[in-house]
Amino acid sequence: MTAQTLLAPTDRRSSAGRFSDQLFRWLMAGAALTVIGVLIATTVFLLQQSWPSLTHYGPLSFFHARWAPSEATVTSSKPNPYGILQFIYGTLMTSLVAMLIAVPVSIAVALYITNLSPKRLRGPLSSLVDLLAAIPSVVYGFWGVFALIPALGPIGNGLTSLSGIPVIGWLFQGPFFGYSIFSAGVVLAIMCLPIVTAICREVFDTAPVAEKEAALAIGATKWEMLRVAVLPRSRSGIIGASILGLGRAFGETIAVTMLIGNNVLTIPEGLLRTGATLPSVIANEFTEANQPFHLESLFVVAFGLLVVSLLVNFVGKRIVGRVSEHIA
Amino acid sequence: MFRKTTITAVVAIVAASWVTACGSTSNTGAGSATQAAQAGQICGQQSAAQPNYPRTIAKIDGGANTLSGAGSTWIAPVMSVWTKNYSNTDGVQVAYQSIGSGGAVQQIIANTVDYGASDTPMKESELAAAKGGPILHIPLSLGAVVPTYNIKGVKTGLKFDGDTLGKIYAHAITKWNDPALVALNPGVTLPDQSIAVAHRSDGSGTTAVWTDFLTKESPTWVQTLGGTDRSFGKDIAWPTGIGGKGNEGVSGVVNQTDGAIGYVELQYALAQNLPYGLVKNKAGNFIQACPATITAGTQGLSYPPDLRVSLTDGSDPNAYPITGTTYALVYQNQTDTAKAKALVNFVSSVLSTGQNDVGSLNYAPLGKDLQGLCMGQVKKITLNGAPVAS
Repeated sequence: MTAQTLLAPTDRRSSAGRFSDQLFRWLMAGAALTVIGVLIATTVFLLQQSWPSLTHYGPLSFFHARWAPSEATVTSSKPNPYGILQFIYGTLMTSLVAMLIAVPVSIAVALYITNLSPKRLRGPLSSLVDLLAAIPSVVYGFWGVFALIPALGPIGNGLTSLSGIPVIGWLFQGPFFGYSIFSAGVVLAIMCLPIVTAICREVFDTAPVAEKEAALAIGATKWEMLRVAVLPRSRSGIIGASILGLGRAFGETIAVTMLIGNNVLTIPEGLLRTGATLPSVIANEFTEANQPFHLESLFVVAFGLLVVSLLVNFVGKRIVGRVSEHIA
Repeated sequence: MFRKTTITAVVAIVAASWVTACGSTSNTGAGSATQAAQAGQICGQQSAAQPNYPRTIAKIDGGANTLSGAGSTWIAPVMSVWTKNYSNTDGVQVAYQSIGSGGAVQQIIANTVDYGASDTPMKESELAAAKGGPILHIPLSLGAVVPTYNIKGVKTGLKFDGDTLGKIYAHAITKWNDPALVALNPGVTLPDQSIAVAHRSDGSGTTAVWTDFLTKESPTWVQTLGGTDRSFGKDIAWPTGIGGKGNEGVSGVVNQTDGAIGYVELQYALAQNLPYGLVKNKAGNFIQACPATITAGTQGLSYPPDLRVSLTDGSDPNAYPITGTTYALVYQNQTDTAKAKALVNFVSSVLSTGQNDVGSLNYAPLGKDLQGLCMGQVKKITLNGAPVAS
């Protein structure tokens, strides 16, 4: 009864207008639901496709570091020939190398664009960096094979001389042939640069002009001004930017496949050896996945990649969200 | 390349040059002292090998206007020549999707294409799963896999044998100046350099042919891989090396890496101008891969009735030992009248006149005995139980 009376005023509007309003609302809701639906459907599909393999071998048995489809048989389930730990390792390590290079460079580029460069250069510089994101990844891979790897030769061979250092020495074991986790990481760094730079630029732009001017007024140099007035309040923004860049690095497939050397059998000893990532093994093997449980196990890899990527993006979004609240 | 300019002139002397190439005994390839002496040199003498097989199955009228095929990327270039010629002569459009041998097997099992093309024969389990009954394997052309390398100052023609290649891929030989390699190559200065091994990272018929040869010749290889059931096939648990996706991936690795060795299809090595090695055959001769030596590799083999056989390591003195074929996969019993007729027409044209087209693309024509057996397979194709070709 009360609900009826409360609703009464809306009923007085023209019924045609009310109908189109409703229709619009439903259309929009439908669009929003489609996005969620696609995500859920993809997840369910991946799980469903990987199910035969997951049940045959048991989900936990995938956590070892040897991928040898040629050793799979229809009947035996032990040992599981489809270990995926080395792919997770490869994905994390290439991304780590990429971040170690991309984040400092991006911060420098963004600082230059927002605070140091002449005003008329800012527009063109920003567009140029954004343009890096427009280069297709297969072009990066191609360029990596024919330009980057020869150029990295001396650097990689130089790094092998660090292998004598205790504790971290194992990271630099040779011989270095070019195709490696390191090379893949360098290309990923270039690919992540635009996204990290773009967000850093936005973040640095929000630093209050008054504080910057105050710093300069009390005699700070440009660097001191940046250190005191810009960088501290941008810290979480930079972290958010890095995590979004990381999401890009995790999923990158073809450029990495062309450069990493595709060693699926072990966790590589160090950065200068060949490895493989979650996406690279899928790209390599799905067209000819003919061994028992081969295709199903590739779906397990895909499912793992989906979980890792969603996690990273979720965390990144949360951090970036917190930052924008903080700025507001 | 030079073939293009000389092809018209060559047509007239084709038969003569083919005979010269294979010695005086025509295509039977029986070993003789003179042939052994010529071994490895026959490639330069004849390069426009055209066997001119007669078309023994006459064209059948009333065939369909379209056919669909899918499979091997290895055979795709010559397949496109065959399908183009067939559409010119018979007006039948053949749509061939080069999706890989694995895809061919899946599609023919599901009966979604009229024929498949696979670089490896189907397994028993796959044959049992086929929806349309028994499947015939019909070799269409021959090809070679060659070792290619990148060593400063070393040109094409380095000599290898199967055991040495097996040890390199098993990571038992790791330097270019290893005594085994030095002994095979007197007079060549090999550097004290690590060998960067390149292999395919995707499942591939090329890998199957390569590892089939290693398995036959190298106990070290078999031992390292843990037995013959694991040491050959399209997928290998590579003990060492850099994986490249596709022929282009492997040749990219070899091109860009000082001290690298890889294996690619002969066509690819020639197109990319990669240096490639001679390989020691069963008769003890070091042989360069070319259409004549590849065909020689299949001479004198005893073929099983279903033709599912390994072609590597042939015993002919001129045989290039790392040789494979691409099989057409066809249901023995067809159910669509028009399709069956078109299919028989297409396959028999490929096996006869089509064999003249393969040499110019650096595939090798089928040897005479194998070609005869293939024609026999085509005659086995039936339409609802009755033979299609007479």
